[in-house]
Amino acid sequence: MKDQLANEAPAPRVLAQRALAFATARLIVGAARLLTGVRAVWAGSGPKAEQTLYFANRSSHGDFVLLWATLPPDLRALTRPVAGQDYWLASTARRFIGESVFNALMIRRDGSGGGPNPVDQMTEALHAGDSLIMFPEGTRNTTDEILLPLKSGLYHLARACPQVRFVPVWIENLKRVLPKGTLVPIPLACAVRYGAPIALQEGEDKTAFLDRARQAMLDLRPEYDRQED
Amino acid sequence: MDTSSYAWTTFKLFGGAAGVLVLASAIGALLKWRVAHGAPHAVIDNLNARVNAWWVMVAVIGLAFAFGKGGVIVLFYLISFYALREFVSLAYTRRGDHHAIAAAFYIGLPLQYFLVWIEWYGLYSIFIPVYAFLVLPILSAFGGDTKRFLERTAKVQWGLMVCVFCISHVPALLTLHIPGFEGRNLLLIAFLVIVVQGSDVLQYVWGKLFGRRKVAPELSPSKTWEGLVGGVASATALGAALWWATPFAPWQAALMALAICLMGFFGGLVMSAIKRDRGVKDWGTMIEGHGGMLDRLDSVVFAAPVFFHALRYWWVP
Repeated sequence: MKDQLANEAPAPRVLAQRALAFATARLIVGAARLLTGVRAVWAGSGPKAEQTLYFANRSSHGDFVLLWATLPPDLRALTRPVAGQDYWLASTARRFIGESVFNALMIRRDGSGGGPNPVDQMTEALHAGDSLIMFPEGTRNTTDEILLPLKSGLYHLARACPQVRFVPVWIENLKRVLPKGTLVPIPLACAVRYGAPIALQEGEDKTAFLDRARQAMLDLRPEYDRQED
Repeated sequence: MDTSSYAWTTFKLFGGAAGVLVLASAIGALLKWRVAHGAPHAVIDNLNARVNAWWVMVAVIGLAFAFGKGGVIVLFYLISFYALREFVSLAYTRRGDHHAIAAAFYIGLPLQYFLVWIEWYGLYSIFIPVYAFLVLPILSAFGGDTKRFLERTAKVQWGLMVCVFCISHVPALLTLHIPGFEGRNLLLIAFLVIVVQGSDVLQYVWGKLFGRRKVAPELSPSKTWEGLVGGVASATALGAALWWATPFAPWQAALMALAICLMGFFGGLVMSAIKRDRGVKDWGTMIEGHGGMLDRLDSVVFAAPVFFHALRYWWVP
């Protein structure tokens, strides 16, 4: 109902919405930078204007904002975060931020029947030429575990879209900025570390590929984070 | 004291700093040209990055001075914020510490600077060592997580002491009422900063030129006896030479400078030890060539409270 009204609304309103989306994006990125002083570390590959799937560790709702904020601005426009619709469509404000500001690809996370399959949705988006940010753990990691086992979706995507660069990403420290169950974020220096792209090898099976992808993420951690394993 | 002589003194100090930087930039450019032949060279490029960062830092301090007390308090508030962020980022904490850390950032830090602003010495000198010291572990205890509890609370408390309490003693110099020196307290900050940072720079220069024997190889491989002795001696001389900008006689200025340099050196050692324990070389990446905010401030942190209390004990009636 709302969407129909928006479509029929006169041009100034659409323009105003776009301006608001642009300003909101700037505001969110600015706030994220102020709180976390986030910096990008391109450890294995430079930022490239090639179709890319970034897969990262997930610990809070701010993860993709941080990753997005460290991408060069011209790559941001081409890169869509994959987000759970149960969270991002739950209120008008979240829907605006998810859809209009970040142009997120909304998927169902609960896996219950009905609606399209998330892997199919992502494959479709990749075939349409989008770059994606996804979190292969499937859910927010709120445990003491450093990284949960990866879901098989990453493997299916790698098989379906061999032309896409699969870049492992490690988001450092963000888990401590806003732990689950707290409302006030604390300022901590965060870094987003990008590794060398990995590709599915000839005859590599699912477990081997997922293990390799997981290790590629873990290898990006800084020295002082590894001591606590 | 009339304001024109105060303005002239401030101008001379900043002019002197700018003169040194012009010289340093010229030497850096010359080294880049004659020694490195324009090619990348780790030591020379780092030197030039440091000099460039110094230009920015002197400009920022100058801007803060132009706004007087308010400018200086805002500047050091921001410095404390970035320093605390670096400190907590590297410290091991758990989810249960979240409230304690949030309180440190959003209550401890602003309140300390507010107390300095209203010049309530009786409270700002004990607010963090007493009240924050007691309240932070209470907040952490509510987190219900006992794993490495003492270590975790100690880290948050240390962060507040080092990054907020100690650093706030630089703007707190403005609250001292020294007879015959009214309205000129910014010069005390200039004296402290010039001597401490001069000592760091001179230790670096002496160490690079003559450094052989390491003072504490397991803490900081770049600190040498030659650098320490040469740097502290020349920075003490520098402090003595600045006596005309201070309420001190030349010999008093020399002793003050010596105390500042020694505390600064020990501060650098202690902060290095913390970094080594975490396996990092720098606290952060904020200041090009220097590392993080705390890498540049480790010596100020330890020198400021000692300078403050020495002044308060002997010069404030």
